[in-house]
Formats: sequence, C-alpha cells, structure tokens
Amino acid sequence: MKLPAFDYACPTTLAETISLLASSNGEARLLAGGQSLMPMMAFRIASPSLVIDMRKLPGLNRIEIDANGVRLGAMVRYCDILGDERLRTAHPLLVAAIEHVAHYQIRNRGTVGGSIAHADPAAETPGILVTCDAEITVLGESGTRVIAADDFFIAPLTTALEPGEMITQIRLPAWPAARRWGFQEFSRRRGDFAMAGAALFLDRDDVGLIANAHVGVIGVGDRAIRLPQVEAILNGATAVNDAMIAEIEKTTAASVEPFDDIHSSAAYRRSLAGTMVKRALKSALA
Amino acid sequence: MKIEFSVNGKPVEVEAEPRMTLADCLRHKLGLTGTHVGCEHGVCGACTIIVDGAAVRSCLMLAVQADGADITTVEGLSHEDRLTPLQTAFRRNHGLQCGYCTPGMLTTSHALLTNEPDCDADRVREVLSGNICRCTGYVSIVEAVLEARAAYRKDAEEDRA
Repeated sequence: MKLPAFDYACPTTLAETISLLASSNGEARLLAGGQSLMPMMAFRIASPSLVIDMRKLPGLNRIEIDANGVRLGAMVRYCDILGDERLRTAHPLLVAAIEHVAHYQIRNRGTVGGSIAHADPAAETPGILVTCDAEITVLGESGTRVIAADDFFIAPLTTALEPGEMITQIRLPAWPAARRWGFQEFSRRRGDFAMAGAALFLDRDDVGLIANAHVGVIGVGDRAIRLPQVEAILNGATAVNDAMIAEIEKTTAASVEPFDDIHSSAAYRRSLAGTMVKRALKSALA
Repeated sequence: MKIEFSVNGKPVEVEAEPRMTLADCLRHKLGLTGTHVGCEHGVCGACTIIVDGAAVRSCLMLAVQADGADITTVEGLSHEDRLTPLQTAFRRNHGLQCGYCTPGMLTTSHALLTNEPDCDADRVREVLSGNICRCTGYVSIVEAVLEARAAYRKDAEEDRA
C-alpha cells in the first residue's frame, strides 16, 4: 500500500530532534534506516503524524571498541558491522548473528537502533543484546538514561522507550578472547524471520569448569529471552556430554512459550528451539 | 518538498510529498519505469536501485531521503547501442523469463560484482536471496551473474592500473 500522509523533518542536532519529539504528543516516529518503519507504514500499522529522519544527526554511526566492550551508535548499519574487521574478534557472536539479518539490500540500510526500537521477537539484534547483557542508552528531554537490554524489550513491537526518547547507543560488554559461542537460526527461506533461533556463549573458570553460560532464544515467544534453567545445567560442568545435550534440548523446549502462527505451530517452534540451542552448543564446543 | 539528487549521472530536481517512496518518485516523477515495484514492503527486491554505491530497496526509502544522493537505476546500467557484459550474460544464460524481477536482479548483481568481482556461487546465491523470481528461474540467473564476473574483474584490474 502507499504510505499514509505525514509531515517530515530532517534535524541536524540531537537537541532539535528531542524538541521535535517532545512537541509531537507521541505521534512522531524516528526514521533511521527505515527497513522496519517503512513496511509498518505501508501496512498502515504505523501512521505517525511526523517522521523525523535521523540521517543528518552527527556521531550516531560510530563503532567504538575498547576494554569496556563494543559501543554501537544507533545509526550503525548491519553492513557497517559486517565490514568492520575488528568486530570479528571483539564480538564474533554479534557478527555471526548479523549475517543472518534479512537480505543484502536490507543490510545496506537497516540499523541496530532501528531494529531494537522496532522490537520484533524474532529479530537477531534484540536477541544478541538480551543474551549478552547489553545496555541501551536513550536520550530524552530530561537527559540520558541507561536501560539493561532485559528491561528494554517488553513485548512484540513494545519497548521501555518513553514517548519523547530516542536511542543513541548500545554497549555490549567486553568479549574475552577464550570465550566459546554459537549462533543458529532456522527459517524456511534465507533471510526470512527465524521460526526459532539461539545465541549462546560460555567461559571457563580458573579451574576449567564451565562458567558464565549465557543462552538466549529468539522467535519463540513475545520477546527474546535468556534461559536460566539451561544456563544452570552448563555452569559448573567439566565437559558437555551427549546426555547433558539431550537434557538441555528438553529443558529448552520446556522453557519457551511460543505461539501458533501462519509460519509454524507452537509445538514445532518449541521443538525447533531445542534443536537450535543444541546445534549452537555443539558449534560452540567444536 | 523540493529535492535534488543525481540519477544515472544527471542532476535532477523534483517536488515530492514526504510520503512518496523513492521507487514511485523515480517512476512517476522522472519516468524511469525500469525500476519495478513488486511488493511495496521490502520483500521482493524488484525495486532495487543503487544509492551512493550500495544496493537498496527503493520502496523502503522516502524520496525526500534521497536529497543529495547519487542514484543509479537499471536504465543507468546500459550502454546506448549495445548490451553490457552483465546484460549479455543474462541473455546468453536465459537469465530472464517474464522480466518483472530483472531490473532488481541486474542492479543487485551490478552492485555485488562492482564491490566483489571475485565472489563465489554461494555469495551470489546469498545476495540474490533478497530478490524473488516468480518464474523461479534462479539457476540461470546465478549462472549469468557468475559468467559476468570476468568482465567486472577486468574493469577492477584496469581501475587499479
């Protein structure tokens, strides 16, 4: 469908952007890469009175890497992440997940800030942020606040972002070089939203036991979640044997609450989530 | 709103309301109907154009966002009087049937081969996965793109020389 009518603004400063947001009574939408908002408007799911284009805002397209981790500006595009050689060691799990995002043309414009503001339960970026304890910096009229990823995502297309606030930066905690990780997702066609996906990593403590296991799933519920029951099975283990993998697969399937939809039944998604975690774990340990 | 950008090497100035997509602007305001509009929500790839060197879906971009951009449409890929190596490869390999998806296939392949002239068959398939061909003629399209690589490699070598 053609888009609904709206006014358009293209501010050049964050201050101007915040004042436009504040004066729009929650009716404005920010346009970053447009790869989610444009379809939402074409379906008339979103009908903002004002679209605020972020393309001229300075400083939001930077990728910064230091001892505190990786900081991604809200306007960093998927293709920027895939093209940054440093991230292959600074955050290999992020890179692996972003390789699965949609298609070539979408990755050339889609942004990390846009993805998390949109908050699709099957999207990769929210899944990585939740799995990796990321922090999201948002800016509003009263200044900035930092929101933990787990508190940020609430429900499909619903986040903790207040009207009048904008996402400026994402921080992913530092990635130890020895960390093992895996990412798997399944969809019928390449580039489609995942029917289920899993992101995970684990470290070893100073006596060699598995520690700090983080296991997250996407596409199997109303938002990306971690699976503490599965992490508990892994933490403290000396090695991962076949019996443990079978238990993890079963526990995963029991821990998620997927829905029926046109793409697959809830029962299939539940089973698939177990398979995805199993495969991600095997690739992490390979 | 008045916007100015460059299409296929020529500067243009158009008046577009904010809700107009870049795809509709190219077709209706500029008569560049080579860009096809299939799904209008970023799934089919038929409307792919090249904006500042990157293949993008023109139905997922507002015309007003193109202000100042350098745009290439499928019309900009052809020579006046003869087929380009990419077009020749599509013709030789029967890389098109009904032709609806072809502009998107050509622009996406052109962007890919310009940036990665050494890409392998897996990469071609991965990149073209964002373009739907309802005639399902994918095998011949991929073969055409693989055949066209040689010409892009030669261009890249000449650029380096």
